[in-house]
Amino acid sequence: MANFYEAAADKPAAEGRESWRGRFGVQLFGDRLFALITLILGLVILSILFGLTLALVFGSTASIHKFGLGFVVSTDWDPVNDQFGALPFIYGTAISSVIALTIAVPLSLGAALCLSETAPEWLSRRIGFLVELLAAIPSVVYGLWGIFVLGPWLRDHVEPVLGAYLGFLPLFKGPKVSVGMLAAGVLLAIMVLPYIASVCTDVFRAVPRTQREAALALGATRWEMLQMAVLPYGRSGIIGAIILGLGRALGETIAVAMVIGNSSEIAASLFKPSSTLASVIANEFAEATSRLYLSSLMELGLVLLVLGLLLNVAARVLVLGAIRGAAGEGR
Amino acid sequence: MIRALFGASDFRRKLKSDIMISLTALATLIALVPLFLVLGYLLTKGVASLNLNFFTQIPKPVGEQGGGMANAIVGTFELVGMACAIGVPVGIGAGLYVAEHPAHATARAIRFAADIMLGVPSIVVGIFAYAIVVRPMHGFSALAGSFALAIIMIPLVTRTTEEMIKLVPGELREAALALGAPRWRTSLSVVMRTAMTGIATGVILAIARIAGETAPLLFTAFGNQYWSTSVTQPIASLTVQVYTFAISPFADWQRQAWAGALVLTCIVLTLEIGVRWVTRGAARVPR
Repeated sequence: MANFYEAAADKPAAEGRESWRGRFGVQLFGDRLFALITLILGLVILSILFGLTLALVFGSTASIHKFGLGFVVSTDWDPVNDQFGALPFIYGTAISSVIALTIAVPLSLGAALCLSETAPEWLSRRIGFLVELLAAIPSVVYGLWGIFVLGPWLRDHVEPVLGAYLGFLPLFKGPKVSVGMLAAGVLLAIMVLPYIASVCTDVFRAVPRTQREAALALGATRWEMLQMAVLPYGRSGIIGAIILGLGRALGETIAVAMVIGNSSEIAASLFKPSSTLASVIANEFAEATSRLYLSSLMELGLVLLVLGLLLNVAARVLVLGAIRGAAGEGR
Repeated sequence: MIRALFGASDFRRKLKSDIMISLTALATLIALVPLFLVLGYLLTKGVASLNLNFFTQIPKPVGEQGGGMANAIVGTFELVGMACAIGVPVGIGAGLYVAEHPAHATARAIRFAADIMLGVPSIVVGIFAYAIVVRPMHGFSALAGSFALAIIMIPLVTRTTEEMIKLVPGELREAALALGAPRWRTSLSVVMRTAMTGIATGVILAIARIAGETAPLLFTAFGNQYWSTSVTQPIASLTVQVYTFAISPFADWQRQAWAGALVLTCIVLTLEIGVRWVTRGAARVPR
């Protein structure tokens, strides 16, 4: 910098202007180069997303040609005879996610209310940290724990109780085993809970203070205030958080593959083994022998990708809308 | 008026409020139980099977006692290192672009793409790496594994970079420009340097995340029971090794799976807790 000022002072005005132009020329070149490089790196992201979608579509053409739309409604998954249908895995994915959300949603809503509303600041910070740790544990570790601790515990303590009291329902019939749909659902619940809880906490924190104060000023108790002001205000954000959790549950692979038992049959009982879209890919992809087999597995991946993208876009729109909308109205 | 809405007597309303608020506390407690159970089992079962051999030896064949996961530990470091070499420059560069051109249509498209890539299941990324790297190279390789991990890492780094750069005050940028610094120098040596702690935090959280990934490695890096550091050969990783040993029927392998899971969790949680402690909880990983 010093050099530049000295040089400018020594030179006649015209020459000074000339060197300014020179400097600007150089600057513009540098700026353009910088903008170009960062643009290219940014475009890498776009091309990955396109490439990913294209690769899956091309990879599954063989299966799409052979089975068409029948693929998603056929229950026949028979690699030996080259017959493939996705329904058992779609069913497994749907049911395990439903179990996960049924358990995780009430707990994470409660935890989020506690974190954002009822717990004192110092405590809520520490609990928030623990919830984040819950999300940080690798899924293979959850899977390991699921096989050796959670599964046997469910078999010995939960499934007998469910069988005894609700055994008249087809859902809870059959022999009690440690791997199966129920174990996968419960494990998924544990894994998606921190995501739903932390997004809901953010949504509740974004509810304007004035809303709460108005409810309290009307004489509401703290719970009535949450019921009247916080929950309705955060409704779309809560739905977004749940959809985000659903997206996680659908895509979770290794922990589910370890505890779900890997059967390609549809069984009514939750105690029976099953498979999800993600878990069957994890189990069979490396061993897929025929072209059609591999292509069918890729089509399962495509189904998973489309579901994941749709849910994610919907969730983001709802959550951002809830948080920004609240911020826009002032706190 | 509130009585008209909620009806019951004041006593019952207060009681209900207290009960419901206790229930939220109870929900929080229940939510945290698995954390302590998982960590507790990891410590008791993992520490019991952890010894020096675990860090210095490769897995022994079935039937022989002993052996370790030295190759898998080295493999995880190699995979994550190579993933960073691809993912960090792309992620930060893209984040810079998005932050510097907030209103630009291209930048908006890139931000949107990064956002929805966060929601792509990691197993699908594995299929992509299989189609792009494994198939053309006719075999599983460390390169394919790190490619998959890099793809998972990129959107995480891009989003944190953008968020961190947005926090840098506009005056700082204006001051640098007013002093005659070109825009690229301003971006790199003033804005990005100010945001560097935040960006580094984002990178470390992304590393913690990909170090724990198993699904995208299953049919890219594949796994290896022997020593290998070659980028064109299949390579072992802690996560895949823990998975393989956990679902095996051999007690000695299952025991080692606990040890491997303990080491893996220690690496991941050290990164997470370390970063949070250094930044005093300001850092968050995008979802």
